[in-house]
Amino acid sequence: MNAETQEQHPLGLYFKVWGLLFVISALSYMVDYMELQGLLRWSLILIFMVLKAGLILSVFMHFAWEPVTLRIALLVPTMAIPVFLVFMAIEARYTFTSRILFLAG
Amino acid sequence: MTEMNTRPKTYWQHMVVDWSADKEAFKVNWGKVMMWLFLVGDTFIFSIFLIGYMNVRMSATEAWPLTSEVFALVVGGHHIPLLLIAIMTFILITSSGTMAMAVNTAYQGNKKATFWLMVTTAILGASFVGLQAYEWTKLIVDEGIRPWGNPQGAAQFGATFFMITGFHGLHVTGGVIYLAVVAYKVKRGHYDKKGFQIVEITGLYWHFVDLVWVFIFAFFYLW
Repeated sequence: MNAETQEQHPLGLYFKVWGLLFVISALSYMVDYMELQGLLRWSLILIFMVLKAGLILSVFMHFAWEPVTLRIALLVPTMAIPVFLVFMAIEARYTFTSRILFLAG
Repeated sequence: MTEMNTRPKTYWQHMVVDWSADKEAFKVNWGKVMMWLFLVGDTFIFSIFLIGYMNVRMSATEAWPLTSEVFALVVGGHHIPLLLIAIMTFILITSSGTMAMAVNTAYQGNKKATFWLMVTTAILGASFVGLQAYEWTKLIVDEGIRPWGNPQGAAQFGATFFMITGFHGLHVTGGVIYLAVVAYKVKRGHYDKKGFQIVEITGLYWHFVDLVWVFIFAFFYLW
């Protein structure tokens, strides 16, 4: 409720980000339309995803202008997600190998 | 206490100063902090769904169904891959734009513009849910996809698809109701004295729904 959190931005900024989001979405759709495969496909999907998510979070959700304390409190817990992701990826590899070894045929 | 009076410079100095005294830590509207906390919780729920999807897809021995084929539309005799999903993505981005404008006009005190921008956002959200209902119907009736199996490949496809998009669709539906209620109250003058932070808080929720869709689009439909 202090002046800092109610800081207003010109509508032009929102229109620019809006336009960018359209362009990036179109590009990520083109990845599928052009039938790109392999490493190129996956890296392009991830790059466009991170760009879009970053723009929505920082500009539309005003995250970039929140106080530092709030930003740290919100971002630190989410670091558990990549850790869990790695655990589950290892587990999935193991399950896959077991299925191939013991359930084949 | 001289150190406290000097302006903190780094992130960690800021945090120590804000949290080391017996006082309010987050100097923002409390409703906004609560919404952010809820969204962090929601982030974990959607992360768990997407990680679960990754796990079953990586461990499936059968081939994963081709999403660009499953979600293709035939328009005027042309077979266009993922068309429906692309339209849904653009609808959601457009609604995020109108929501951002609603927050802006609310802080300017323009209630009429805020009301109509929020109503537009809600209508776009409702049309997203409508298209999703069409997508589900097409998948269930025409393609024979079930939560326990499908003719195209790995059985886990249906389970993860209905779980993830269903949960996201519920979020959009809830958001449409939330937007409609707040828009109506803005119009009625309910927030004239309280201030219009509620529009920003509603906006946070709505942009989050769009944010989740970015990840679902990348990992489920494109991967």
